[in-house]
Amino acid sequence: MDNDAKLPESEEGTVLFSVDPVIIKQHYEIDYLHSYAQDSPFFAGLARKKLMGSLCPGCGRRYATPRGHCMECGEPTTWSELPHEGRIHTYTTCYFGGEAFLQETPFTLILVEFAGVDTLFLSRLVGAEPEEVAIGMKVRARFLRNCKFKPTDVYFVPA
Amino acid sequence: MKPVYMVTGGITRCAKAHPHKDFRLMVREAFDYALADLPGLERGEIDGSVCSYFSDHFTRQLMAGAMVQDYLGLNPKPSRRVEGGGATGGLCFQSAWEAVASGRMELCLAMGFETMGRVNTWKGNEFLALASDTNFDYPVGGFYTGYYAMMVRRHMFEFGTTVEQLAKVAVKNHGNALHNPYAQSPAALTVDEVRSAPTVATPLTVLDICQMSEGSAVALLASEKMARKLGGTPVRVTGVGCGTDAMRLADRPRGEVILLPHESPGDYAGLKYPGVHSFRGGRMAASLAYRMAGISDPGADLDFVELHDACTSSEIQTCEDLGLCRYGEGGSFVDSGAPFLPNLNYGLKFSGSETWRPLPVNPSGGLLACGHPVGATGLMQAVFAFWQLQGTIGKHLGNATLQLPGPRRGLIHSHAGTGTYITVSILEKV
Repeated sequence: MDNDAKLPESEEGTVLFSVDPVIIKQHYEIDYLHSYAQDSPFFAGLARKKLMGSLCPGCGRRYATPRGHCMECGEPTTWSELPHEGRIHTYTTCYFGGEAFLQETPFTLILVEFAGVDTLFLSRLVGAEPEEVAIGMKVRARFLRNCKFKPTDVYFVPA
Repeated sequence: MKPVYMVTGGITRCAKAHPHKDFRLMVREAFDYALADLPGLERGEIDGSVCSYFSDHFTRQLMAGAMVQDYLGLNPKPSRRVEGGGATGGLCFQSAWEAVASGRMELCLAMGFETMGRVNTWKGNEFLALASDTNFDYPVGGFYTGYYAMMVRRHMFEFGTTVEQLAKVAVKNHGNALHNPYAQSPAALTVDEVRSAPTVATPLTVLDICQMSEGSAVALLASEKMARKLGGTPVRVTGVGCGTDAMRLADRPRGEVILLPHESPGDYAGLKYPGVHSFRGGRMAASLAYRMAGISDPGADLDFVELHDACTSSEIQTCEDLGLCRYGEGGSFVDSGAPFLPNLNYGLKFSGSETWRPLPVNPSGGLLACGHPVGATGLMQAVFAFWQLQGTIGKHLGNATLQLPGPRRGLIHSHAGTGTYITVSILEKV
């Protein structure tokens, strides 16, 4: 037994914002082992410059954003390549955003509609000023050469 | 199902941050207010609780609901947490309703809070955007105002809605809040001021959207026997409904409108529904609540509405979902002055259209002006609606400006995501 036991002291301090009440900086960060699981072929497709959507063999519904089972009839879907050209269904230019995207502002978000496909695809539009963007405008997909396996590996430009 | 009554409620005023109160104390203050307002009620009579808070990221304390239960001295009685994005408060209210309607509890506490001031606004926006698909939506530029901006852009395209009509909603709700001491951002605004404010996501400006808030609210729901025993002025919950839709905006179908009893298919020939311009879940929630409450024409049968106006645009979209006007008429509904309080001067000239009877929407100031402490918001609406139906707005707000003359029936509406979970509840004077 040591009656004079001591914890070692450290040089690290705490960032303090206020003493009434006491407000300190509390850091939190984490890396996940994130699996795209059944959606993996979409992200693998981006590296091959392919846009992979879903087709329901049960009811024929076509999805621009993939899903493993049909939203309407519940059947398992199959993979189906989407065209690289579509039209803007709606759009916005963001001048603010979540912290992770603040440096990228302003950026333009679009929902893309493809002929014969029942649902839409969220992406970014580059190469057009905010006032040049319009609903119905033709757009064409481009792909990053250095794939990051994220949905931003594909983006759209005016067609 | 047994009849359910709201017997008392309380609110902790919303602020950007409450650094002197943690979430437990915020709820405690609203709880103490509710208890003090119903002297016949002893804490020991509460059978259990439901706690609502949206984000574990904001709280950074898992099982925070259990800590509130502890702090209020309600252990070891039953409790649970409910969570459903922006609709968390509305879901909590309905969960408490279920506890009483089923006979499981005679008196159930619904309590909610959010602590959004613990991070800066842009980190907060990032947290909110985690309530969108984190594989396909969030990484593209996850930002809820951006999602709502895309929806209203399509609404403008489909129906001719204008940015000035959106701005009038901001003028109304901030103006109403001038008379509500619980409000976070009351203001006398003009349409020009709303439009010339900094743009957040085209076409929405910073005055078209609600702010980050901290706050809490509680509502106590009781059986008929318990309500009678407690005395006071209970209000009956006559209808509850809930609806849902795909998390991803991109997945929304384009089919046929879900019709309310006062509508016919001819009203919407050729309209692809809900698309990204309307909230199918809101229409479903309203339809279920109306059926339970026996409402056949909401524009005629309701006296006021407290709805989830996270953006000016979503108020217009929601008025249509609730059937206060037809789909596509939301902008004209605002222009007509129908959702404004007749006793206030907003500095606006209304269209003079008498298509709709006056039906105040967000007389409290709504989320735009009162704030949006997510887990508390739906319960805060319940408390404002409760006070309206009791006729006690003057007592609780310190002035009776916002008190409607003898309202019989009010609607509260809580909304998550891009319309992913939505609740509608109907409250009626007894």
